[in-house]
Amino acid sequence: MPRKLAILAAAIAIIAAAVFWFITTPATIAASALPAHTPDLTNGKTMFYAGGCAACHTVPNQEDKTRLGGGLALKSPFGTFYAPNISPHPSDGIGNWNEANFVSAMWKGTSPAGSHYYPVFPYPSYQRMKLDDIRDLFAYLKTLPAVAGKVRDHDLPLPFKLRRLVGMWKLLFLDGRPFAPEPSRSAQWNRGAYLVNGPSHCAECHSPRNRLGGIVERQRFAGGPDPEGGDGGVPNITPAGIGSYSERDVERVLESGDLPDGDSVGGAMTAVVANTSKLPAEDRAAIADYVKSLPAVEGPKKP
Amino acid sequence: MIRPVLAVVVLALGATALLAQSDPIATRRALMKGNGDQNKIATEMIEGKRPFSLDDAKKIFATFEEAGEKAPALFPDNSKTGGDTAALPTVWESKADFDARLAKFAKDSKAAADATKDADSFKAVMAEIRKNCGGCHQTYRKKAS
Repeated sequence: MPRKLAILAAAIAIIAAAVFWFITTPATIAASALPAHTPDLTNGKTMFYAGGCAACHTVPNQEDKTRLGGGLALKSPFGTFYAPNISPHPSDGIGNWNEANFVSAMWKGTSPAGSHYYPVFPYPSYQRMKLDDIRDLFAYLKTLPAVAGKVRDHDLPLPFKLRRLVGMWKLLFLDGRPFAPEPSRSAQWNRGAYLVNGPSHCAECHSPRNRLGGIVERQRFAGGPDPEGGDGGVPNITPAGIGSYSERDVERVLESGDLPDGDSVGGAMTAVVANTSKLPAEDRAAIADYVKSLPAVEGPKKP
Repeated sequence: MIRPVLAVVVLALGATALLAQSDPIATRRALMKGNGDQNKIATEMIEGKRPFSLDDAKKIFATFEEAGEKAPALFPDNSKTGGDTAALPTVWESKADFDARLAKFAKDSKAAADATKDADSFKAVMAEIRKNCGGCHQTYRKKAS
């Protein structure tokens, strides 16, 4: 009898492992699934600045924001992440990637080697991006200087070191849905909604996260503690936080970093503004239109 | 007549110095608040909510210059905590860079005052000056919330 039980237990364990392996398999997009496309480099550049790629991927402490050699350390409750080299360098960067590799990374959070990226790379937002925007961005990245130097591995303790577990995380927090426009709203509002929730990934910092590191959806945009562990916080960008701002005030923050009270933005937002300041003015206006339309939501109580 | 004026000036200077010594946190906050107030006026002029005035523009840059010059002395080692401050420990970890940035801010502000002739030149010069603000606030100030 105990022998039969042992066999049963072993069988269950094997099945469970197989199921785990199956459901945590990284998803990819096949090259054959991509229709013909002629890249629009101007749009690619807009996506580059809307996405704020440079904010994390430029080599730290240098003026040239187009050298995407990576290396910036990002602290988190799960360990320290190091932004990789996404310059077109063939071996150290993404020079050898094809379009399908890039689309898989942006939409599915999967690397060309077929492993999971950690969601510190904000693909839960990038999955909303239009295919053409991603392909234009890829074409634009290819025009930037190749930077040599591989970035060190992330510094994560167990169990977070196990990338396969990210597959479970994705089941919980990656829905695979593209951006859905709101037909009753204006074209400007929809453009803003797309930028904010897609490429610009505002919610990734401006929302509280649960213990698994997923965004608390009902408090989306309501700010929260500093994800890097500092004793400051991230501001609430719903009317509960910036209700006194006009749309013009929001535009100005994104344009010059100037706040309505004469102060200027600081912390990580400084690097964000370095990107949004280079967007077309209409896009900043669209973001402001959308942000000012958000419902007021109270953020987590400060300790 | 000159003597009482002089006495008042000396007294005022002394009081400022004493305040700076006794409460550097409050003093540097007041300086930054002054910058913010002037910066707000600059925005209003640039966006046409207030007519451009060369005198006001000069005052803005004079305020900035003064803040850049005075601030480095207002972060003594004993002022890391103990008051209402958003200064990060990085200020003291890389004090030389911090001081250099403030010195650059003062120098740029002085040059900006000289370069401002009218509304257009003021707008262009302000855009440059403002890059100094984020440069320090990114690294040396606690995240706002």
